[in-house]
Amino acid sequence: MTQLLENISLAISGLRANKMRALLTMLGIIIGIGSVIGIVMVGDSMTNMMTSSLQEVGANNIQISIQQKASETGMSYSVQIDEEDLISNDMIDQFMTAYGDVVDAVSASETMGSGRAEDGRKYANVSISGVNNGYQAANHLTMLEGRFIDERDTKGIKNVAVVSDKLVNNMFAPGESPLGQEVKVYLGKDIYTFTIIGVYEYKQDALTSMMGAMASDQDLSTALYIPITTQWKLTNATEGFSYITILTKQGTDSRALANQFEDYFNRFYQRNTDFGVMAISLDSIIDQYTSMMGTIQVAIAVIAAISLLVGGIGVMNIMLVSVTERTREIGTRKALGAKNSAIRMQFIVESVIICLIGGLIGIVVGMSLGYAGAALLKFPARPSLQAILIAVGFSMAIGVFFGYYPANKAAKLDPIEALRYE
Amino acid sequence: MAKTIIDMKGIVKKFYIGQPNELTILKGIDLNVEEGEFVSIVGQSGSGKSTLMNIIGALDRPTEGEYTLDGVAINQAGDAQLSGIRNSKIGFVFQTFNLIPRTSALKNVELPMLYASVPRGQRTARAKELLEMVDMGERMGHMPNELSGGQKQRVAIARAMANDPAIILADEPTGALDSSTGRLVMDLFHRLHREQGKTIVLITHNQELAEETQRVITIRDGQVVDERRINHEVLPPDSFFKGQQDEARQEEQSL
Repeated sequence: MTQLLENISLAISGLRANKMRALLTMLGIIIGIGSVIGIVMVGDSMTNMMTSSLQEVGANNIQISIQQKASETGMSYSVQIDEEDLISNDMIDQFMTAYGDVVDAVSASETMGSGRAEDGRKYANVSISGVNNGYQAANHLTMLEGRFIDERDTKGIKNVAVVSDKLVNNMFAPGESPLGQEVKVYLGKDIYTFTIIGVYEYKQDALTSMMGAMASDQDLSTALYIPITTQWKLTNATEGFSYITILTKQGTDSRALANQFEDYFNRFYQRNTDFGVMAISLDSIIDQYTSMMGTIQVAIAVIAAISLLVGGIGVMNIMLVSVTERTREIGTRKALGAKNSAIRMQFIVESVIICLIGGLIGIVVGMSLGYAGAALLKFPARPSLQAILIAVGFSMAIGVFFGYYPANKAAKLDPIEALRYE
Repeated sequence: MAKTIIDMKGIVKKFYIGQPNELTILKGIDLNVEEGEFVSIVGQSGSGKSTLMNIIGALDRPTEGEYTLDGVAINQAGDAQLSGIRNSKIGFVFQTFNLIPRTSALKNVELPMLYASVPRGQRTARAKELLEMVDMGERMGHMPNELSGGQKQRVAIARAMANDPAIILADEPTGALDSSTGRLVMDLFHRLHREQGKTIVLITHNQELAEETQRVITIRDGQVVDERRINHEVLPPDSFFKGQQDEARQEEQSL
């Protein structure tokens, strides 16, 4: 133990005496460890960001969208989507009857457009979406006042709207209840008037904040929801959805259900020559993303391994030089009674110290890169403790592995030859 | 009767054994050194005195013959055992000092004790005591490259004494020093011999230095050709060189 401490202090004083050489020796390790830590850190923040923003949308969601069928000739050409190609409210109703036990809600929405709510003095930017009664559940909207659009509103094609708390803040005096009030929305050259029936809590989603879209509260555009049927009526649109989102109950296997739902909806399209449906669960998107990141990380690990190998060989080279340079010292130590094992230990400790210091510098460099990268991409940086521990362990392992051969060479020197060495 | 420290019988050392260029360096050497003796081994270069020294110092094993050092048979010892013997029984002093670079005088003296697993506190205390004994008490923290030749050799002697060895084996200890600092080093050996009763084996080609010891053994062509006891009762070396020694010390301190 005391010998180990002596060896450590001796190795450090040796490195101090030869700073430039020590730094150059460490460079390979620094670059290897630094790049791994940096890239893993950015990758981790990215993965985390993606999964959390996808989960915000809902891991229980299954998206059903209509897809053009591959033509028999294999050629793809654009086909006009007609009303009978879209998913209808009727289909959704039938679906709910069939799968009511595993499905919480079916959410369908169509964007109507971006406009501005005004009352002559105050305004707020809005994007109007026509939604069905399942939209709230699937999108985790929290109601602050009033209620969300329900079946009566859609069946009755009512001119009602659910607005965000931001809009309320912008357009109504504090304490004034917006419920039952009318809101005029200018959309292009059209003006629509809706009666406010509810206020939801606006949440900036992670993806938006990631893109750095930081508009002031005044100019922030928030969603204004109206019944989907009202939208169809107002715009004379074809009635139906090009995609819907199904919110499955907690504890169900959304991957398996996605396949069942796809089959179910495709029955409606059996006679449709142009279109069918495709189901994607968010779980499977997350899976895909995770496996993609996994592949990237394996690639990084391979590159890092190569650079650490090169770094390790550099360390071995310098250790061999060091052994030759210190032949006489080794001879003296042996004459003073150092056993071969003590000499071996001394040089292995030295090599481990070089690699460890290199590794630590690499971690600092890597973390700086990681923070810089994360800041540049506007992700929250997430230093990975695991990666750091592995890096420390790995650099020590390199020290032992590449230090062993030179250390063993030193240990096996003949003391007489070593003492005589000039 | 005094205890025998070095007991060599018919020591033969051959190199390149079984090859056409087989070389016999030592051709049957008998050597006895008793406890408390100050002996010198002299010989021209090529006489085999270095090889003999390596065997005495347990750095090498003889090809034939028997060597017992302080009661331990060297012939049968393995590498690890030889390390242990060098550590506990032999104190080396080299011509080129061989202090460990970038390591303070104190740490250098501690080194043999470190290899003997002496606890830290004890080690440091003993090293300080030894450095004070060789008049290096004020330079304990100095690195070897901050010391003069004579100072380095005194640190090396302190280091040789660290584990209180059975013999001090000094190989041309004054060879790299000028005559006045060399004188100081020789005086130090005399002091260790006289005051602590150390057994000292001095290997040199300098006949004058050899004459200062109690017994001069001359090696030529791998054999002991002459062995002479010298009576110092008339002229103890320390007083004889007293004037010179003071001069040298002054010179050294002005460095």
